[in-house]
Amino acid sequence: MGAQKKGGARVSDDSEEQSRQRLQAILLADSFTTKFRPVTLERPKVLLPLVNVPMIDYTLAWLESAGIEEVFVFCCAHSTQIIDYLETSEWRTHPNLVVRTIESHKSISAGDALRYIYEQQTETSQIQGDFVLVSGDTVSNMPLADLIQEHRERKKRDEKAIMTMVIKKSKPSLITHQSRLGTDQLFIAVDPLTKQLLHYEEDKVDHARGSVCLDKSLMESNPSVLLYNDMQDCYIDICSPEVLSLFEDNFDYQHLRRHFVKGVLVDDIMGYKIFTHEIGSSYAARVDNFRSYDTVSKDIIQRWTYPYVPDINFGGNRPVKLGRQGIYRACDVVQSRSAVVGASTVVGYGTKIGNGDRILNSVIGNGCSIGSNVVIEGSYIWNNVTIEDGCEIRNAIVCDGVRIRAGAVLEPGVVLSFKVVVGRDFVVPAYSKVSLLQQPMKEDSDEELEYADSSSGTADRLSGLSLEMESKGSELGPDGAGYIWEVCEGAHDEEWKHSVAPIPEDKLAEITQAMDDYDDMEDESVVPTSGELKSDADSINTDVNDPCDDYGYFEKEVEGTFLRAVEEGIKVELGVLEINSLRLSYNMESADCAGAIFYSMMKLAVDTPHSSASELYKTASSIIAKWKGLLGFYVKQTDEQIEVIMKFEEMCQETAKELGPLFAQILHVLYEKDVVQEDAIMRWAEEKAGADEADKVYLQQCETFIQWLKEASEEEDEDDDEEED
Amino acid sequence: MDFQVVILAGGFSSNLAPLVSKEVPKALLPVANRPVLSYVLDLLESSNLKDLIVVVEGEDAALTVGGWISSACVDRLHVEVAAVAENVGTAGALKAIAHHLTAKDILIVSGDIVSDISPGAVAATHTRHDAAVTAMLCAEPVSGPAESGGAGGKDKIKKPACYDIIGLDSSKQFLLYIATGVEVKRDTRLKKSILCAAGKMEIRSDLVDSHIYAFKRSVLQEVLEQKPTFRCLKQDVLPYLVRTQLRSDVFSDEKAVEENGSGHGKNNMQNNDGVSSQILSNAFLPSFHKVYESGLDIRKTHKCCVYIADESKYCVRLNSIQAFMDVNRDVSCFLINVIGDANHLSGYSFSAHHNIVHPSAELGSKTTVGPHCMLGEGSQVGDKCNVKRSVIGRHCRIGSNVKVVNSVVMDHATIGDGCSIQGSVICSNAQLQERVALRDCQVEAGYVVFAGGEHKGETFARK
Repeated sequence: MGAQKKGGARVSDDSEEQSRQRLQAILLADSFTTKFRPVTLERPKVLLPLVNVPMIDYTLAWLESAGIEEVFVFCCAHSTQIIDYLETSEWRTHPNLVVRTIESHKSISAGDALRYIYEQQTETSQIQGDFVLVSGDTVSNMPLADLIQEHRERKKRDEKAIMTMVIKKSKPSLITHQSRLGTDQLFIAVDPLTKQLLHYEEDKVDHARGSVCLDKSLMESNPSVLLYNDMQDCYIDICSPEVLSLFEDNFDYQHLRRHFVKGVLVDDIMGYKIFTHEIGSSYAARVDNFRSYDTVSKDIIQRWTYPYVPDINFGGNRPVKLGRQGIYRACDVVQSRSAVVGASTVVGYGTKIGNGDRILNSVIGNGCSIGSNVVIEGSYIWNNVTIEDGCEIRNAIVCDGVRIRAGAVLEPGVVLSFKVVVGRDFVVPAYSKVSLLQQPMKEDSDEELEYADSSSGTADRLSGLSLEMESKGSELGPDGAGYIWEVCEGAHDEEWKHSVAPIPEDKLAEITQAMDDYDDMEDESVVPTSGELKSDADSINTDVNDPCDDYGYFEKEVEGTFLRAVEEGIKVELGVLEINSLRLSYNMESADCAGAIFYSMMKLAVDTPHSSASELYKTASSIIAKWKGLLGFYVKQTDEQIEVIMKFEEMCQETAKELGPLFAQILHVLYEKDVVQEDAIMRWAEEKAGADEADKVYLQQCETFIQWLKEASEEEDEDDDEEED
Repeated sequence: MDFQVVILAGGFSSNLAPLVSKEVPKALLPVANRPVLSYVLDLLESSNLKDLIVVVEGEDAALTVGGWISSACVDRLHVEVAAVAENVGTAGALKAIAHHLTAKDILIVSGDIVSDISPGAVAATHTRHDAAVTAMLCAEPVSGPAESGGAGGKDKIKKPACYDIIGLDSSKQFLLYIATGVEVKRDTRLKKSILCAAGKMEIRSDLVDSHIYAFKRSVLQEVLEQKPTFRCLKQDVLPYLVRTQLRSDVFSDEKAVEENGSGHGKNNMQNNDGVSSQILSNAFLPSFHKVYESGLDIRKTHKCCVYIADESKYCVRLNSIQAFMDVNRDVSCFLINVIGDANHLSGYSFSAHHNIVHPSAELGSKTTVGPHCMLGEGSQVGDKCNVKRSVIGRHCRIGSNVKVVNSVVMDHATIGDGCSIQGSVICSNAQLQERVALRDCQVEAGYVVFAGGEHKGETFARK
């Protein structure tokens, strides 16, 4: 039937295009991220069960009920699994919704996907007009027809209005600056009248550090701008065909927001506009990470997503019965009398619950068997899981076919991928991710993929692997099977952020503390001091820096780093590392580093409260003594040492006149501490000898010292001579 | 209301040269034939704010202003005139008169405002929120009705460089961000912490800060003490308070002081204040400041509020010659509507031609005085004259065949026959001899422009 309709539809649509457009949607069945690893190594994200129903079913059911007639499902990772699933599901024969699949194995981002669709488009011209762009992990019940209508009308009035983006109110936590879906906080600016999107900034660098920067032209052209911090991007977009061609034109657009939206906002040649639509009462959310998995599951259980709730059949799911306190239970659940099933819990078909179990706030899939005295709290147990007696599971995700042997404990935030076996009495540490597959060794450029080559039969490899595992023993106790994935370096801190487990109290306290420290440090001066802050703030608007400014920034950063090192007592070696990295990123010479470090040191000395010049001298020399290692690293060459002296001179003349009278004394200290060698001082003196009178103030001050040096060296020479004799 | 009002009346502003002179400091420049200061005083009186301190820059100016005040309104208001050194800035001026300030809250009004916005409303907003500072904002001035405001309107569009960028919370009660004039040329940078706390910020560039502020006295004095470099209320003090509203230095100190001072009772009262301010402000939910404080309990916050005047209200500062002309034109236009009482107060009769001609003024034959004009007491206009959209002061003598368009002629000026004056200001006692043609000129008080000259865009002043 599907094929028939396909043929018929196209012919008729071509002729009717003007009068009526089919409502179409593109569904990206690949998130192009690795957030759900290791689970997504074996099954695509859109097929992962969300309250016992694959995610894609929520999306398709919603699109169908919102009046969409044709959906193009773009599959990339595990495409065969998705296609197989759709073939066998009831979507294949759905009367109102035609589901077509587009398969590509080369795409590594949403941008690639849309480009691929565009290329296909030129051959088949399947997409005839405006379309809805969603990802396959969207759960929503918002009506779309009106919104599409609105978009079309706006498009008619204004050719350039190519996209309408759905946003929903959701205030991020003041402490973690993260929305309840676990996504980073978002700053968007919108024109209050037209709802045009003017600024979009996802706060990756996190925390309330720094500031949002609005372009001045923005304020000039708009008398009023609404800046939201309490909005969440639903990743539901109504797009005009131009969007596809834009992706084609800009082959470097990868991410829908980071590249495409930013690109459109910045580009004023084409003048394309994006508009926003705020939804109030309806629900829309995207399962982006484990935390949003948890949040959205809870929302579904709490019926915010009605009619897509477990007790209603919406897409091939078997409805379960809703009892009191939001307990959904399949009719054939075998539950022991002594077991307690608490509020907001879903238990699937064919599941057995043993004696004395306590199950709270959790979702249990189909065909699970749970032994006696098991505690399950806030966890997601998928299908056919076996949990033996006395296990404790808190805030964990347990995938299909897992076996948890007696007495094992899962600490909060654990994710057990398919068919993992946890050994007897084994305690799986918090936030660990366990899989039968080994962690890919080095993440290469393909890291954006859920799973790079999906064509090969994963099942075969899996069984082979698990056999291998069992013979080898495992990291999960003697009778367990599975590898505990190591957290990759960068994400180490982030683990708690995106996990299913609630954020622990001490973590919150820590962040609050950090914020305070930051605020104290920030002081009232608007000039940011710390190194990373500066780079963050500036990356927005100073991509094209002129070189002379660069040095100023570099100097500031070095100063920030140095002050931090002093405050926190960082070791010299680490300081060297940090400054080296700054040096590389600013493309500076090591002489520049020497100058900047010395500048920071002297500035610190001057800024330290002192009552007299001698006190200042003492502070300065103690600082030099303490940090000469750091400075010494960069003053190995004579040129670099001269740079230090020149810098010193410059400081005395301009920024820190207090140091002027102490010039000679401090130079002496530098000499004694081996920071500057005699050669450097001599050469400096020679260079300066020809300068203006005004420039020679410090040279004159040092005359006796230089004289002494000369004599000393002569003496030394003599000594040497004598020795030679 | 425990309010003390400070009027910052300035001195001999250089922006307004040659209009201001030894005899006429800025505060006494005539607007529709009354000193600009009188508008402020009337405005305050209408809000029943009668305890005023007028701060004038420079001793001479203070004497002149004091003299006028004592003659004009000593019976109605309790006015104190304080002189401060010149060029100390608004913040400096307040510091200098700090010992005069005793009330809990201080209302600070710029002396050169012509407005019909009630300062009482600002004061009320301030008390209601228990705010540290409340600023009054108004829509960008619209100059007069369309037919007369054409020129002024165009000028406004031409200089978009001086506007304020103001960030408000969603209820439009709190000030979250302010950048004035100079900073505007740069990109706008908003502090994330404030934005996060408020959730939503409306950034407006179509509002202007109209130089009426209510400050908590303790906060103001604290800031002035802590930051000796601050010169200007608008550019330094207000932005500072806005910036630090979520981690207030000033407020915590003040609380501590008060607690030390009077112990427990006071503290209780302050809690009550908080509650009642919430009730008064009709807030369903506690303000974001409260939420922020409770979330991070170590924090102290202070509130920066705004009072946004209705768009139909008028508010212009007389701080440039252009503004002076605009204000004169507008005020004479609006006089009947805006300062409704003014015409019977000052004894003008309002004719059917939409102009105000004093009964004692004499008009020659075939002389027309167009709409929106004012003609002061005892002025004489010769034959065949044409006066349009202009304000003419008291006892002026205008010859025959004179054309006065879009201009201001101050008291006792003499204009010879056949002169043509467009877009110009003729100060008091100035004299134009016959057939002088002026366009966009300013003539200093007492200056004599010789006959037959034709001038454009010039300033006549004795050097």
